[in-house]
Formats: sequence, structure tokens, C-alpha cells
Amino acid sequence: MYAYDEIDRTLVNERVSEFRDQVQRRLSGELTEDEFKMLRLQNGVYLQLHAYMFRVAIPYGTLASNQLRQLAHVARKYDRGYGHFTTRQNIQFNWIKLSDLPDALADLAEVGIHAMQTSGNNMRNVTSDQWAGVAPGEIEDPRIWSELIRQHTTLHPEFSFLPRKFKIAITASDHDRAAIKVHDIGLRLIKNEKGETGFEVLVGGGLGRTPFIGKTIKHFVHGRDLLSYIEAILRVYNQYGRRDNIYKARIKILVHELGIEKFSREVEEEWQHIRNSSLQIDDEVIEDIRSRFIYPAYEKLPHMPDELRQAAADPDFEAWRKNSVTSHKNPGYSIVTISLKPIGAPPGDATAEQMDALADLADKYSFGEIRVGHEQNLALPHVAKRDLPALWKALDKLGLATPNVNLITDIIACPGLDYCSLANARSIPIAQELTRRFANHELANLIGRLHINISGCINACGHHHVGHIGILGVEKNGEEVYQITIGGRADENAALGNLIGPGVKFDEVADVVEDIVEAYLALRERPEELFVDTVKRLGVEPFKERVYATR
Amino acid sequence: MPLVNGGKIVADGFVKLAVDTPLPEGGDILVPAERFLSDADALLKRSGKIGVIWPNNRDIAELVPYLGKIAVVALVFPSFRDGRAYSQARLLRERYNYRGELRATGQVLRDQFVFMLRAGFDSFEVKKQADAEAFMQTAKRYSVFYQPTGDGRITALHRRMQLRHSEGVGT
Repeated sequence: MYAYDEIDRTLVNERVSEFRDQVQRRLSGELTEDEFKMLRLQNGVYLQLHAYMFRVAIPYGTLASNQLRQLAHVARKYDRGYGHFTTRQNIQFNWIKLSDLPDALADLAEVGIHAMQTSGNNMRNVTSDQWAGVAPGEIEDPRIWSELIRQHTTLHPEFSFLPRKFKIAITASDHDRAAIKVHDIGLRLIKNEKGETGFEVLVGGGLGRTPFIGKTIKHFVHGRDLLSYIEAILRVYNQYGRRDNIYKARIKILVHELGIEKFSREVEEEWQHIRNSSLQIDDEVIEDIRSRFIYPAYEKLPHMPDELRQAAADPDFEAWRKNSVTSHKNPGYSIVTISLKPIGAPPGDATAEQMDALADLADKYSFGEIRVGHEQNLALPHVAKRDLPALWKALDKLGLATPNVNLITDIIACPGLDYCSLANARSIPIAQELTRRFANHELANLIGRLHINISGCINACGHHHVGHIGILGVEKNGEEVYQITIGGRADENAALGNLIGPGVKFDEVADVVEDIVEAYLALRERPEELFVDTVKRLGVEPFKERVYATR
Repeated sequence: MPLVNGGKIVADGFVKLAVDTPLPEGGDILVPAERFLSDADALLKRSGKIGVIWPNNRDIAELVPYLGKIAVVALVFPSFRDGRAYSQARLLRERYNYRGELRATGQVLRDQFVFMLRAGFDSFEVKKQADAEAFMQTAKRYSVFYQPTGDGRITALHRRMQLRHSEGVGT
């Protein structure tokens, strides 16, 4: 993980002191709510239905155990004892008081955590593969570059008042776990023929009310030019992105309206002016950032230790291991995903007690490191295989060993009408009901990999467009109505789902999903054919027939 | 509206003209871009300094031929949420080497001062008296900057490189 130096710490402390002053001026009436709104948003503070909501950045999803303990402390001291992990690898606290916020930020700053640019029309928290640095076959650790971008985008003097929010994601693996194709800028780390590091750059992806899959703007941008190229894209966007209509202000609309060829020409022209400037990154700078990433001192450990062999006799352990444990680049170790989707509970929530206990487990079994994935689950990235049985027992006691990672009950959902002032419909209760319907692990396993994504309004925070099954709640004549799509995906083959038919009522959603799943089980060619592949092969029609035949 | 220049509240020596205000005989004037471009030669011949108020949706490159002859470029923030003038400011300073007064106008508030200074503004028509009075204090709020701009402040990356090299000297 990245260790802050004195320079990073100073900036975070300066930001806390600025925000303390801003809150003070708001409380004294010196700032109007309209003026304050932008300032608080730039520090991750939203006004929600019932209270202020505070979103804290977890850059590229990497956390140290002391940082997780501090998040637990904030949950306990300033909130209601829990936090909610989001689809941008952040954490949200839902019940915080405005007057407590500066203190909460100061507490977080002690461990190098901030909330800068987790909302507002600026460059948001940079996201990456939650398995960065440990995934087998990865080209190189994308977090070095993520951190470089994090620094460059923090309090940027030119791009802090963009037409709309701006999100960047990076992956360095063939299998894209960072959903780069649905970001404003998606970066795929690659090597050129000379073996030099660079990036395929995608632009204009995004969900929301007008979803687009990102388009490749440049096939190879050399690593040394990464910042100047991003800056060129941002400069074109800052000047020409629409500001007359917030629903048309994202870069995806500009790219769509200009066309990718014209847009890329504009960027290219701008880039030629600035590529040989002080934005050029030399190897020494990269090495300096790399030197502050701490990597574990792995031991040489057996691929199949006795502990694992013995534990294999326990079917519950085996169910969990097969579901939640993944190969690590070092054969004596594993990556363990921790499901925050227990049956019947809101997706992505963790209590302060769970966070504290997980921090302890990370110290004991994962070199003090925790990861947050955009699927709203956590991971311990460096667990020795011999420790898996002991870790499983400990997680099970904490209610954190639900073996449903990537299965139908591993649902991504936005907070919906239960918390959010923008929502038109409830999301969490739909997710809860679905997890109860598919609570049987045998059944969920039989169905196999299937991602359900739920959003409570067209802003699409639950990424419903790219769910294998996407559920979008809208309001129609004062009632919650849910539109259901199938066939979406967020990985390297990203696609938007297709609507199966007219919207259905709140009470019918779980029934409809059951019908879709039954249709899939009947239609799939063989058990290995995933739901999303069956949909691709057959299209929407057979599913539509099944769902609407009796409705 | 107080004007801050050189870190201090100062009197504004310039009179702002609208598109159709009659041209005064002498004195320093600020004119809208449209009026300036349509009558640049005559305006530049007057005695008294001239400045141009440039809207944030017009290509700043159009002003380049005149940059050596004008005393002020006033860029506009119709709302503090609209950040287009930051790009214009940086282009003026960093690409077109404009060295005259670069003034921020419109909804100019305390919490934007640091961004504006970094983008190259050196003069500010501040919306609120209290914000103008707090200028110096606010401008010093940050000592760490991650991005290189034309303002000459040393970036975090370069400071780290310097530290590395100075540490390396004795070893």
C-alpha cells in the first residue's frame, strides 16, 4: 500500500483546516447554502433525505488496517456504528452532523485518509482493480499510476469546476475488474513492442440517464505522457463540455455530439502543445512513487499445505473456499474476497465491530492490507494458504463468510429511496428480498455467475445498465415501477442490457427475476454457459415470453 | 466591489464600458471583447490604458495579436461553478506568455482564490468585502501543490526529487 510522506500529510491537513473554516462560515451564516453546497460537495458531503451523508475516499480501493480501524472509529463516534462501501471503492456514512464533520476529517487525516473530490463536478476518486498488485498475469501494478493520477487530480487549479463529475479507472489485467469502459476516462495498462509501459485510453463511457460504452481515443499513450494526455482531454472538456443542461454535461455527451474522430483531433492538437512540458513524467518520479508502495515480504510456502488438505473435509469450508478464494500471483498465497452481502441485509454495509475485527484479521493474515472492490465487497489480498481455514472460522463468526461472491445474491445496489434525495424508488428492500429468494446456496451455485444491479433512479448509481440483470426503479403516477434489463456487463466485453418489457410493480420484481432465472436454467446449453452468455446467444425474446406470458 | 491586486485592496483605475457607452476622452478603460475587436485600432490609439473583458465561451486565441498592447485581460466567472476561465487564464499565461494584469471578475469568492492564483490570475474583483479582506490569509492556506502550472510554485513531485538528491549528496 502507499505510505504518505510529509508532503502528502501536509496537504491533507491543510485541506481539513480549510474545510473547518468553511463549515464555521456556514454555521455563522457568512456563507449561503448555495455557496456552501459546492464547498461541502468538494469534500464529499451530501445533504440526503434524513441527514448529511459523508463519503470518504479510498483511492484505488487500497486500505491499511489502521485506516480501516479509523473508519470504524468514525462510524462509532460520529455516525450510527456502520458504514456503507460504494461502487467507487469509497465508504459512506449516512447520519453525520455538519458540526462534527471537521473533527471526523481531522481524525481520518491522522491515518492519511481524506474525502477530497468524492463528490462535486471535479475529478473523482481514481479507481482500479481491487486485485491490483496480486492478480496472476497482471502486467504491472496499476496503483503506481493510480496514485500518480490521484496526486495530479487533487485540488487541480484548472479542473475543479468542470461541467460535471469526471471519473477515471485503470486496469492492468486482461480481465477488467475496474469497469474501465463505463468511465469518463478508462485506462488499460499495456506494453509496446519495446516493452515500455503505456496505456490504451478510452473516453466517454458512463452510465446515468444516457449510458455509453467508452471508445478508444488512442491505442498507446506512453507512460511518460499520461498526465499531459489526460490534461489535454480535460482541457477540451472544460472548455467545450455543455454547461446549459446538467443531464448533457458529462464528457460522454461531448464525445457523442462531436464524434470520436473530431473529439480526438481536438485532444491531439491540445496535447501537442503540452506533451513536452513539465507534465512529462520521468522514470525517477515513477520510481519515487513506487518506492512508497509497501509490498509484503512473502515467504516460500507450499501450494497445498496440510491445513488446507485437512479442512477440505468440511463442506462448509469448501463451499466458501471454492466461492471466495482466488489465485494469487504467489502460489503459496490466495486472495480472499469478503462478501458484504449476507442474506437479507443491505448490500455493502459493514459495522464498526466488523471493520475493527477485519483490521485485526488483516494484520494477522494479510500483511495489514484490505481492498475494496466496486462490487461493494472487501478483500484480503495476501493470505497464506495454510491460514485459510483459520481465517474462514474467524470470518464466519463475524458474519463475513457468506459464500456468494459473484453469485445471484451478490447484488450491487444504490441506497435508493431509503436514504437518497434523488431516488424515485427503493433499492435496498428489492435486494434484500432477492437475497432471501435465492438464499439456498446450492441453488445459487447451480445458477452460477450472475450479477444483479439495482438503481433507485436513472442516475444509475447501482450500475443497472451493466448488470447481467439490471433493475431500475422509477416513479410512475406516484407508484414505484421497476424496469428490467438483461445482458449487460461491465468487464472487458462491456455491454448495455436490453429491456425485457414493460415495468413491473415493487411486489413483482422478485417474481420476475425468478422467472428470468428459471428460463435461463431451461435454456442454457450446458451448466457452464453463464446467464449472460445465454442471453447473448438467444437475445431477449425467450426471456420476455417467459416473464410476460402469465402477466 | 473591492479589487485586490498584489495581495492588497486597491482602487480600480479602470472604468468599465458597455458595448454602447460613449468613449471617454482619456483615462483607463475596460471594454467588452466584441467592442474591442470591432474597433481595436482606434481604441489602442487613445491615450490611457486599455483592458478587455473576455467572455468564457470565446476562443482566447483571438486576443493573441493584441496581447502586447493591452494592460488588463478580465476573464469572467458568471458563476463560481463555471470553470472555463481557469483554462483561458492558463493559456494566456503559459501558452501566449501574457504578462499584463489578469483579472478575475464575476462571482469571485474566497474559496476560489488559490485555484485562481495558480491558474495565473493576479487581480480579483471580489464579490464580498470580507473575502477581499481575507485575501492574504487565504492565499497562504496551502503550501503543497501537486500540479505544475505557470505560477512557478514548486510541485510535490519536484520537491520530492530535490529531497532525494540532497539526501543523496553525502552518501
